[in-house]
Amino acid sequence: MYKYNDFDHAFVTSRNAQFREQVNRRISGALSEDEFKPLRLMNGLYLQLHAYMLRVAIPYGTLNSAQMRQLAMIADRWDKGYGHFTTRQNIQFNWTKLQDVPDILDALAEVEMHAIQTSGNTIRNVTADHFAGAAADEIVDPRIYAELIRQWSTDHPEFQFLPRKFKVAVTGAKQDRAVIHAHDIGLQIIEQNCILGMRVIIGGGLGRTPMIGKVIREFVAMDDILPYLESVVSVWNLLGRRDNKYKARIKITIHENGIDEFSRLVDERFALIRPSFQGFDQTLLSEFSDAFIAPKFQRFDLSAFDARYQGDPNFRSWVDTNITAHKQADYAIATISLKSHGETPGDASSAQMRRIADLAETYSYDELRISHEQNIVMPHVQKAHLPDVYDALRAIGLATGNIGLISDIIACPGMDYCALATARSIPIAQNIATHFDALKLEHDIGPLKIKISGCINACGHHHVGHIGILGLDRAGIENYQIMLGGDGTETPAIGERTGPGFGADEVIPAIERLIHFYLNERLAPSETFLECYRRLGLGPFKTALYETEQSKARANAA
Amino acid sequence: MPRPIFDQIITANALLAGDVVYFTAADTWTRDMQKAEVFSDEAIAQVRLIEAMAQANVIVGAYLMPIQHTKDGHAPTHFREEVRTKGPSNYAHGKQEQSHV
Repeated sequence: MYKYNDFDHAFVTSRNAQFREQVNRRISGALSEDEFKPLRLMNGLYLQLHAYMLRVAIPYGTLNSAQMRQLAMIADRWDKGYGHFTTRQNIQFNWTKLQDVPDILDALAEVEMHAIQTSGNTIRNVTADHFAGAAADEIVDPRIYAELIRQWSTDHPEFQFLPRKFKVAVTGAKQDRAVIHAHDIGLQIIEQNCILGMRVIIGGGLGRTPMIGKVIREFVAMDDILPYLESVVSVWNLLGRRDNKYKARIKITIHENGIDEFSRLVDERFALIRPSFQGFDQTLLSEFSDAFIAPKFQRFDLSAFDARYQGDPNFRSWVDTNITAHKQADYAIATISLKSHGETPGDASSAQMRRIADLAETYSYDELRISHEQNIVMPHVQKAHLPDVYDALRAIGLATGNIGLISDIIACPGMDYCALATARSIPIAQNIATHFDALKLEHDIGPLKIKISGCINACGHHHVGHIGILGLDRAGIENYQIMLGGDGTETPAIGERTGPGFGADEVIPAIERLIHFYLNERLAPSETFLECYRRLGLGPFKTALYETEQSKARANAA
Repeated sequence: MPRPIFDQIITANALLAGDVVYFTAADTWTRDMQKAEVFSDEAIAQVRLIEAMAQANVIVGAYLMPIQHTKDGHAPTHFREEVRTKGPSNYAHGKQEQSHV
């Protein structure tokens, strides 16, 4: 893992000291709320419905056990004993008090963490494939480059007052697990003629105007990547609209100016600034490569694993569902589901965090990852240790074998916490999970991604859910629109809206109608929901969704 | 000014704890909605809102919220305010937690 150097420590310490003074001045009345708000947002502090929420960055989703234990300590000491892992590989504490936040930030700095640029109109936490460094289909560990981008973007003087927030995601694999087509910049590491570089995708995003990103350059060599990214952000910084925040994101800039014109401006800018990059970024890159060196993998006797796998159907089901192939045959990537049926997606108690930290230390080379799908990943587990890991997880209620299934739902905090939300998301997710668990259907249904947002800002990624659910306020009543066919992977698609929305108590029956239709129509159990949808199209699914008499009448009226 | 359909009270978040508070007739802030000053007259409500907002070192983001009168006292008219009044639905945290202590 990357370790802070003296510069990093000094920078975070001085930012924390500045913010402590800013908080003091707000409390004394020397700063008004209007003056203070941008300052607190620069440090990840929001005021939500019931309390202040502190959003802490987990750079490219990587944590060690000491960091996880410190997050647990913060949850106990200054919050209500839990944390919420988010779709951008951050953790949110929902119940902080303003006067405690400077102490929390100091506690984070002790383990080389911070909340800088987790909010505000800046370049946000750089996210990455949560299987980075472990995935079998990876060219190179993307965290090396994510760290470079993080250092470049943190406190970048030109990019502290951007037209709007700006999000970057990186993957080093063919399979896109980082949703790179729905980011302001998505980067895929590729190799061309034995030279490492990146495919650069820009202008993706969800929110009120969802768009799939466009390729601006098929290949940018690694020694050009930082000046190229700086050129992109720099062009958008000048061209992006500041008159209307809903039209400020780079996706709109590109939509309004065209990718060709935007690309031309970027090339112009690149020609101008490229000479000012004199190789320091490449020196840093070689340092970071050393920081992300893979553990020394070995071969092991797997007989104990095989015996347990054959003899224990619960263990077998967990392995089949939550384990992903590691690049080394005797190792596994184990995903710990934070979606136990009926629990809040992405939440972990302090006790669970501590136990997971212990497991990472003992069984996964002290490494953990937070996935954008709000689960926790142990990236390098010897297969021989999987029975012990499973037993330990089971003891703390975290051995749910549902990764990629109907109950592995992404849900934003929704109106239970968020000041922007128009409806609740968490209870909908809880109800769907418990309902299909009770029916014992989820393994029959197979791979299915449900994603729920409580407002059009789409933190719950509903546009790229195979089934997307959007909670809205319709004349003072919660109403849920359903979208179908979205895909956040390397075959990206924005889901299609089916029609009129459903009341909160109508959502489960509606989802059930869709599922039964799929189960009846699929050509074979191997045809997934998304494949079936792509074969049949919206029409038949829509008919199935609105087939009740009551819904039919409403569809006709709409 | 026309009389609004609903009576109103003033709500905000406390500066330090960030929790939901309501403005009283004594120019103070209470965590108990039943102790809030109730306005039937829009003009008076607007004047009181200006006075409430002036307490910028105690609260953040004051605004008028409509209420209805029930047998249990004042109640919110919108589900957003119900959530603010009770707390989240996934844990017994927030105001619902305090009322059980």
